[in-house]
Amino acid sequence: MIGSHELVPAQPGQTPEQAKAQDNRVLGFWIFLSGECAFFAALIGTYLSLDTHTAGAVTLASLIDLPLTGVMTLSLLSSSLTMVFAFLAMNKGELQAMKIWLWVTALLGAIFLDLQIFEFTHYMASGFTMGASASASAFYALVGFHGLHVAFGLFWIISLLVYSFKDGITPANTSKVWIAGLYWHFVDVVWVIIFTVVYLMQKVH
Amino acid sequence: MAAVAELVGTKGRQRSQSYLMSWLTTADHKRIGIMYLLAATFFFGVGGIEALMIRIQLSSPGNTFVTPALYDQLFTMHGTTMIFLAVMPLFIGFINCIVPLQIGARDVAFPRLNALSLWLFVLGGILLNSSWFLGGAPNAGWFNYAPISLTPFNPGPGIDFYDIGLQLAGIGTLMTGVNFIATIINNRAPGMSLMRMPLFTWTTFVTSVLILFAFPPFTVNLFLLMFDRLMGANFFNILKGGNVLLWQHLFWIFGHPEVYILILPAFGIISEVIATFSRKTIFGYDSMVLATIAIGFLAFTVWVHHMFVDGFGPYVNSLFAITTLAIAVPTGVKIFNWIFTMWGGKIKFTTAMLFATGFIPLFVIGGISGVMLAMAPADFQYNDSYFVVAHLHYVLIGGSLMGVLAGAYYWFPKITGRLLNETLGKWHFWLMMIGFNVTFFPMHFLGLLGMPRRVATYSAAMGQAVAFWNLVATIGAFILAISFLFFFYNLIKSLKSGERAGPDPWDGRALEWATESPAPVYNFAKTPLVRGRDAWWVEKTEGDGQLRSAEPEQDGESAHHAHGIHLPTGSIFPFLIALGLTIAGYGAIFGLLLLVAIGLALAFFSIHRMIVDEDPGEIVQPVGGAGE
Repeated sequence: MIGSHELVPAQPGQTPEQAKAQDNRVLGFWIFLSGECAFFAALIGTYLSLDTHTAGAVTLASLIDLPLTGVMTLSLLSSSLTMVFAFLAMNKGELQAMKIWLWVTALLGAIFLDLQIFEFTHYMASGFTMGASASASAFYALVGFHGLHVAFGLFWIISLLVYSFKDGITPANTSKVWIAGLYWHFVDVVWVIIFTVVYLMQKVH
Repeated sequence: MAAVAELVGTKGRQRSQSYLMSWLTTADHKRIGIMYLLAATFFFGVGGIEALMIRIQLSSPGNTFVTPALYDQLFTMHGTTMIFLAVMPLFIGFINCIVPLQIGARDVAFPRLNALSLWLFVLGGILLNSSWFLGGAPNAGWFNYAPISLTPFNPGPGIDFYDIGLQLAGIGTLMTGVNFIATIINNRAPGMSLMRMPLFTWTTFVTSVLILFAFPPFTVNLFLLMFDRLMGANFFNILKGGNVLLWQHLFWIFGHPEVYILILPAFGIISEVIATFSRKTIFGYDSMVLATIAIGFLAFTVWVHHMFVDGFGPYVNSLFAITTLAIAVPTGVKIFNWIFTMWGGKIKFTTAMLFATGFIPLFVIGGISGVMLAMAPADFQYNDSYFVVAHLHYVLIGGSLMGVLAGAYYWFPKITGRLLNETLGKWHFWLMMIGFNVTFFPMHFLGLLGMPRRVATYSAAMGQAVAFWNLVATIGAFILAISFLFFFYNLIKSLKSGERAGPDPWDGRALEWATESPAPVYNFAKTPLVRGRDAWWVEKTEGDGQLRSAEPEQDGESAHHAHGIHLPTGSIFPFLIALGLTIAGYGAIFGLLLLVAIGLALAFFSIHRMIVDEDPGEIVQPVGGAGE
């Protein structure tokens, strides 16, 4: 039986199988994001259980600079809006406009990350290091993993921008942008929770 | 390996790549399933040898066959290997080989992601086991409690191997969960409504949901431990405000669903095998589906029953005792449904059927001791004794492994095209039934006599009964091991010279029996039209014994016959991602930052290629009609 089936190269253009593969990607990504919810739920639970365990070390409350995290929040929330603009431009078939909005999204994400690195360096210099207390460890785990998600999102969006639009807007890269967008909005929503639970609630205490 | 060459994957594909590369790059669910089964069988052998060493050590009081330090590593690696590297991947192997066939699909939703899952499991397992040669294996039990897993009490690299090895394998399992949820939702053949799906597909679906929500907390937990050990964090360090119970909570929020991940696929296999060999449709299909979903839901509500002695007080313990007892209800429904399926059926006791019927009493014993353990006040007596060891082996061997073996004898012909030898199979079954019960039933008595688990030896002062039952258990373990020699011999012999199976050796009911054995690379020449539950049985009894095609006919020929079948192509990048992450893992364990950087660079380069590359696919011309 081996070799009785002849191979010919796939035809260019969209086949039903490719259409289904794209359907699957969007569905699969929603499923993956629900797993990500469980991931961040575990980290947030860990943070809440260790929040007050400062072991006499520097506390987060004494260091938080709300205007700075406010600017971070603003840049990340705006990047969700620009991601929507990119998607709208893509639906209209405007390649250049879509690319510009994606670059703006990446830029806003980079501003967020840059400020987060500044924030972390400042905290560490003030003695609020990973090893200072259980509370500090939980802070860096939760906020750090979110930051890594933003960094991965940047890597993803820039990968798409540089490599995926050589033939213009096609059915294949449309779903890729859609999925990258889902991811980006998810990371944004997680930040809204972190901003509330970690930063705003410290000020309430 | 020559016999393996005849297996599924090479059929229907041009051999343009070298043999090794064709396996490293494959995205075919059947070949990936076979690799899962081969790797898991290897790890099963390793875990079995560790078990025998444990039993030799415990055969007499005060024995010095192994040192206490080595004993700790043996029981830790035995549990970890059997759960994460043997039984779970054996099920995932069957799921890969069979579920796409049962739903009439061409492949899984994400064929390349499936390859990534496989390689993360294989390389994670190798990394974990390489600890034996690189400074000592992990030694804090399979649930690895803090603080004994922390650096001050465990300065060697063993725990880091546990941490990073399971992290890699766990991410692979998570991807499998995502993959099969999407596959079962989206890739079913026309007419295969949810309530027409075979029960193995249903249990796979619920298992995948459990994986999706159970593994992320475990991933987090492993990261927290890694931060504590490698980066000086304090999650579990009480001196700096840490909390050791945090590990236990996060572990068992994962760990209890994990044991249902290990049993639900077995329930599915048993349902398929009992229905086929009773020549009846499964009794109470709807209640079977509902029971599976109920067990999946309750799995997330019981984790504190592993922590009854932690001192949460009577209110918390009562709540979790009641949710635990409640699981006996849907499980009991399943047991009765299997019995009623056999009732009045034309039963044929093939080896697969023997394992399926043997499963029922053994799993009931494990279930009853489980209900005993669920009663919180009584658990204070059993906790950390051999009674627990007896219970978990009755559910994991009497339940999960019996399910695996029923599946092995049932699906071996579908996967390889050849039947397993029935005579050797019956030797395997009866020796295993004897060996298993002789090994583990006495452990109930040992537990009640006060023998603690995880201690390298026991004193002769514990009495003659303890020494006697331990010796009996050791003898049983060797009978059990001999039964598996029969199995392994049968596997090799049948692979080389077993009787040809033909497409439908058991007069089966589900769609996997409607295609060739082994299934061709495209599974079905024409996508089948499903016209009822037990889809293939319906065609054999009420149709003309041929599958109906779901594809529109053009000039007497379906579109696929005119243009060929579009299939995903393989890629080396899933393997390279897993390899990169494994290299980075070794770097992290030994503090070699350069190695971490090289590994991550390789992984990210490959992830980047997976993101931007478009799978062009390839066209395969099928031969014959849908039923061939």
